[in-house]
Amino acid sequence: MAGPGLGSGQDLWIISIALFCIASLLGALNFITTVLNMRAKGMSLMKMPLTVWTWFTTAILALLSFPVLLAAGILLLLDRLGGTSFFIPAGLVVSDTVIESSGGSPILWQHLFWFFGHPEVYIAILPGMGVASQLLSTFARKPIFGYHAMVVAVFAIGMLGFFVWGHHMFVSGLSPFSALVFSILTLAIGVPSAIKTFNWLGTLWGGKIRFTTAMLFAIGFVSLFVSGGITGLFLGQTSVDVQLHDTYFPVAHFHMIMGVAAIFGIFGATYYWFPKMFGRMLHEGLGKLHFWLTFIGVNAIFIPMHLMGIMGQLRRYAESTEFKFMEPLQPYQEFVTIAAFVTAAAQLLFLVNFCWGMFKGKKATENPWEATTLEWITASPPPHDNFGGRELVVNHAAYEYGVPGAPRDYVMQTDPPLESAK
Amino acid sequence: MADARVENTGLQVWGGGTLPYSVSHIKLGMWLFIVSDALTFSALLFGYSYVRIATPDWPTPFHFWPTVVFATLMTAVLLSSSLTMVLAVNAAQRGDRKWTIRWILWTAFFGAAFIVLHGIEWMGLINQGMTLTGNPWGSPLFGATFFGITGMHMFHVFTGVVYLLAIAGGVARKRFHSEHVEVCGLYWHFVDLVWMFVFPLVYLLSVDMGA
Repeated sequence: MAGPGLGSGQDLWIISIALFCIASLLGALNFITTVLNMRAKGMSLMKMPLTVWTWFTTAILALLSFPVLLAAGILLLLDRLGGTSFFIPAGLVVSDTVIESSGGSPILWQHLFWFFGHPEVYIAILPGMGVASQLLSTFARKPIFGYHAMVVAVFAIGMLGFFVWGHHMFVSGLSPFSALVFSILTLAIGVPSAIKTFNWLGTLWGGKIRFTTAMLFAIGFVSLFVSGGITGLFLGQTSVDVQLHDTYFPVAHFHMIMGVAAIFGIFGATYYWFPKMFGRMLHEGLGKLHFWLTFIGVNAIFIPMHLMGIMGQLRRYAESTEFKFMEPLQPYQEFVTIAAFVTAAAQLLFLVNFCWGMFKGKKATENPWEATTLEWITASPPPHDNFGGRELVVNHAAYEYGVPGAPRDYVMQTDPPLESAK
Repeated sequence: MADARVENTGLQVWGGGTLPYSVSHIKLGMWLFIVSDALTFSALLFGYSYVRIATPDWPTPFHFWPTVVFATLMTAVLLSSSLTMVLAVNAAQRGDRKWTIRWILWTAFFGAAFIVLHGIEWMGLINQGMTLTGNPWGSPLFGATFFGITGMHMFHVFTGVVYLLAIAGGVARKRFHSEHVEVCGLYWHFVDLVWMFVFPLVYLLSVDMGA
């Protein structure tokens, strides 16, 4: 129904996205119910690790945003299979063919898609924020700076994320007044984001930092969150966005923050929880090499890409030498391409480390990182039923490192209450 | 010190072994599902409003007879099913298994009746030439939104009838208790509530008021 050459593969793809919406909905309501109703004894909400808080917020976002994508998907399927034209404008020409249509609106699709699409980017990045918080606190041997502020900031980012979808549509013919409102709300997200960043820095300040691979990825996450987030402030302003729209600038911004920062969160989490998952440690030396190659690599890809965007390099063009003004940017293209291949090749180190670690890695103890949260009191890997039938009682907040009067430099959540607190 | 007090309060709440919000897992899960499903319908109704406003030749072909009368009858059937659902939950909470099953079956009957009436109405409109892709009165999107939205709602009613029958069977075999009936009732009332939005937006706003 759309262009020629787009057959049943597209339909199957939309159906799979619809199934994905339903699966996300079920996963999200399971997660929210579990967090609210089934915590360990003594685990009040404000004692939860920030990883759980971020996943909880992520689940709320998924619960509220995926159903809208589902509705959009149903309408799109009707367009493709039922012969309707919700999203196809009258007189649309694709590949010299006039598409039969009764006059729908592609803008409607943009509204429905981006109402899902913007919360979706927070669905991708919030768990990474939780992981970064957990790792920075553990390896700086300090409580997370401003735990309550972190929780509020995560919620604020999540909720504001529902009111900013219009900033993807500044050049779609949005009225300037709506654009202004969307722009202000978008920039407002900078406030909780800055709170989080300063709290991460405050956590590192004066800490006894242990530079494990997992910690490096957590610090890398913060670095990428800052450089990716700053460029978001450019794009959030209508007047600047009109200039930068559809150039490499938003491509670089998006991939720096939602692509690479989120992946750094995943890598950090993998290096951190691998011992718990498989009972063996990953190789630290190989891990650090992986980190440095990846960190330098992604900056080598995306910093030049930002510059290319400012210089006018358009996105979605297969052949950029067709246009005179893009010709001088060819060396940048080549540099970015080589950097991308090298960075991708560096991921083989991770693959090798992962496979090697699963079978040959050093045996892990219960709590190799001297961390405080519940998963570290059980064996690595955990037995059936996670805690082997033990009923846990939580007495402490999530990140009690360096507590005066404690026997060790960390107090696990299940440790008995300290004498000094009584 | 403030922190220590907060921690103690948390422990006391838990010490009693009650759930923090006093809502069971399945009920909380159903409420969350309803929130999510409500957004799906909201998106569909938003899409309907959007294309309606954006389309100049949007038709208003319905008349008081037969469409509005018929749709009102369907609304009455659906409201009756909500009443019988309340009675079923009430019976379940009293522990009256016989009447629980009876009222659930009445609810399922009204649900099925709604689907049959809806089907008759659909056939009538199709016979007048209204389809997903066209109608004799104006913008083809009129039929597309009508069948899309009412079809989605009818699918929910159908799912609800299957759900009701499964619950009735479970109650008969003593596998389900009153909580399951109540949660099923939440879903059923939600589906009715959606109709209370569909009825004015899709039917009443499409009535020909005369030139």
